[in-house]
Amino acid sequence: MLTDFGIILLFLIISVLFVGAGLVTAALLRPSRPNPVKNSTYECGEHPWGGSWVRFNPRFYVIALVFLVFDVELVLLFPWAVVFKDLGWFAFLAMLVFFAVLVVGLAYDWAKGYLEWDKPSPQTPKLEDLVLPKKIFHKQQKDS
Amino acid sequence: MGLESIVFYLFAVIVVASALVVVLSKKIMYAAFSLLFTLFGIAGMYAMLMADFIAVAQIMIYVGGILVLIVFGVMLTTKITGVDVKTGPTGKLNYIAGGLLAVMVAGSLAWLYTSNSWISAPVNETNTSINAVGNLLLTEYLLAFEVGSVLLLIALIGAALIARRK
Amino acid sequence: MDSFLYILALAGIKLGIVFTLVLLAAAALVYLERRIAGIIQDRLGPNRTGPFGLLQPFADVTKLLMKEDIVPEAANKKIHGIAPIITLGVAFVVYAVIPFGDYILINGEKIYMGLATAPDINIGILFILAMTSVGIYGITLAGWSSNNKYSLIGGLRSAAQMVSYEIAMGLALVGVVMLTGSFGLSDIVRHQDGWLWNIFTQPLGFIIFLTASFAEMNRTPFDLPEADAELVGGYNTEYSGMKFGMFFLAEYANMATSSAIIALVYLGGWTLPVPAETLGLEDGSVLLGLAQFVTFIVKIFAMTIFIIWVRWSIPRFRYDQLMHLGWKILLPLGLINLVLTAVGIKIFA
Repeated sequence: MLTDFGIILLFLIISVLFVGAGLVTAALLRPSRPNPVKNSTYECGEHPWGGSWVRFNPRFYVIALVFLVFDVELVLLFPWAVVFKDLGWFAFLAMLVFFAVLVVGLAYDWAKGYLEWDKPSPQTPKLEDLVLPKKIFHKQQKDS
Repeated sequence: MGLESIVFYLFAVIVVASALVVVLSKKIMYAAFSLLFTLFGIAGMYAMLMADFIAVAQIMIYVGGILVLIVFGVMLTTKITGVDVKTGPTGKLNYIAGGLLAVMVAGSLAWLYTSNSWISAPVNETNTSINAVGNLLLTEYLLAFEVGSVLLLIALIGAALIARRK
Repeated sequence: MDSFLYILALAGIKLGIVFTLVLLAAAALVYLERRIAGIIQDRLGPNRTGPFGLLQPFADVTKLLMKEDIVPEAANKKIHGIAPIITLGVAFVVYAVIPFGDYILINGEKIYMGLATAPDINIGILFILAMTSVGIYGITLAGWSSNNKYSLIGGLRSAAQMVSYEIAMGLALVGVVMLTGSFGLSDIVRHQDGWLWNIFTQPLGFIIFLTASFAEMNRTPFDLPEADAELVGGYNTEYSGMKFGMFFLAEYANMATSSAIIALVYLGGWTLPVPAETLGLEDGSVLLGLAQFVTFIVKIFAMTIFIIWVRWSIPRFRYDQLMHLGWKILLPLGLINLVLTAVGIKIFA
C-alpha cells in the first residue's frame, strides 16, 4: 500500500513540476511590455470603481456549514457501505437510525428556509404602460 | 536513512513550516492558504501510517470542508478593504502568554515521548483499513456512531441559527 | 534495492504513458469541442490547421505560450501564480488511481494497467472524492487573488456550487460501493463484468452522479462560475497567457477524468462487451490488455461527446435553481437511492 501512496506522491510532484515547467517556458518565450492601463483591474473598459471586496451574502457561509455536516456524514457512511454486505439487517437498521436523525436536521433547515436562495423577482412591464396612448401617438406622427 | 524517513521528514517540514506561516502571517488569507498545506501534510503522514481511510477523511473533511468554511469566513468579513487583509498588531503580553503555552505543550509532549515505552503495533500492509473501521463502527462502537449523528444534527440546527442572526 | 529500482522504473514508464495520454486526451477534447460546437451550430469550426484542423489544439498551445502574461497591479501576485498550478496539478493527479485495463503478464510478472491500481489495497474512489474537494481551492483562490469583482464572484460561486454537489456525488458513489464492497476502481469494474453495468442496477445513482459531475466540472448548464454573459470570464477574467492556458487545460483534463470515472463506475469500465474466451484472448495477454484499453477509451469518448453535446444544447441555470437542484432534489434523491439499494441488497443477496 505504501508503494501505491508513494507512486501517488511521485505523480503529484511530477504534475506540479510539469505545470511549473510549462509556466517557465511561457515566461521565457513571451514578451513583457506592461503599462499602467494594461495592468489595471479589468472592469469592462471602465475605470475600476471601488474595491472588489464587497460583503457577500451570508448564505454562502450557511451552505458551507451545512455541507460540512453532510461531508462528515458521508465520510462515516463509507466504512459502513464497504462492510454492508457482510453484516445483517442490524447494520441496516443502525444506518437507518443514523440517517433518520440527519434527515430531521435537513428537514428542519429546509422548513426554516435556510436552503432557500434568493429568487429573482422580475418586474414584467405591463403592455398598457409600454404602448403609447393612441392620441399621443397620432400627435407624434403628425409632428414628425 | 531510508526512503520512508526521507518522505516522513519532507511531510514534517511541510507541516511545521506551513503551520508557522499560519500562526505568524499577518495576512489572514495567507494564513488560511498555508493551512491547506498543513492539513495536506498531516494527511500524508496518516497515509504513511497505513491509515488510508483517516488520510482521505482528513482531506475530505478538513481540506474540503472546514478550510472552505474558513476561507468563506475571511471572504465574508466586513472589514475587508483590499487583498492584503491584515490582523492587528499582536501585543507583547500575547507573545509571552502564547510562548509559555507553546513551551508547556511541547514540554508535556516531550515528557510523554520519553516516559512511555512505545510498542509498534502490527500493521496490516496489504489491506485497506476501511473494512476494519466499518466492522468496528457497527459492532463495538455503535453507540458512539449513533451519538455522532445527534451531534451532526445539533450542528445542522446550529448552522440554521447562525443564519437567522445574520 | 533491485526491487525498488524495478518499481521506480515501472512507475516511471507508466507515468510517462499516463501523462502523454492525459495531454493527448485534453488536446483531442479541445478539438472535439470546437468541431462539435461547429456542427451543432451549423458551421464548420476550425478546419484550416492541418488535416481537418487536427493541429488546432497545438496551435492554440503555442499561441498561449507566446502570449504576454498580464497580472493586474491590484492582484495578489503569489497566489495568483499558484492557483493555476493547484487546479491543473489536481486535475492530473486523479489519473493516478484510474485503471486503464486489468493487468498484463510480462515474463510472468503481473503488471497492472494503471499507476496505483493494484487490487485489495485500493481506495480509488475515496481518493478521487478527496481530490475533488481540493480542486475547489484552485478556482476559489484564482478568483480571490485577482482582486476583480467578476473573478471574486466567480470563485465564490464555484466553491459553493462544488460543495453543494459533492454530497450528492458521494451519496451516489456509496450506492455503488455497497454493491461492490470495495472502493477500488478495479474491483468495481470487475464486478460489472458481463454486462452487469452499474447503470442498470443503479439508474437513479447514475443520474445523480452524472448531474453532479457536470456541476463539479463547472460545465454548462452549471457553468455559473464563468458565466460569460454576466461575469465576463468568471474566475479567470484576470488570467492571460499560459496561466489561462493552465485553467483551460485543467477544464478539459477534468472533463476526461469525469468521463473516465463515469465509464469506470457506471458503464463497465474496461470490461469487454463479449467474454474474452469467445475472442480467444488469453488472460493477461498483451492483446487482451489492448482490447480492454480500447474499450475503455471508446467509452470515455462516448461520454465526453455526450458532455459536449449537453453544453451546446442546454442553457445555463440560474443560481437559485442550481442550489435548489443540489440541495432539495439531488441530496434527497441520493438518500432515497441509498436506502433503496440497501433494501435491494438485503432482499436479493
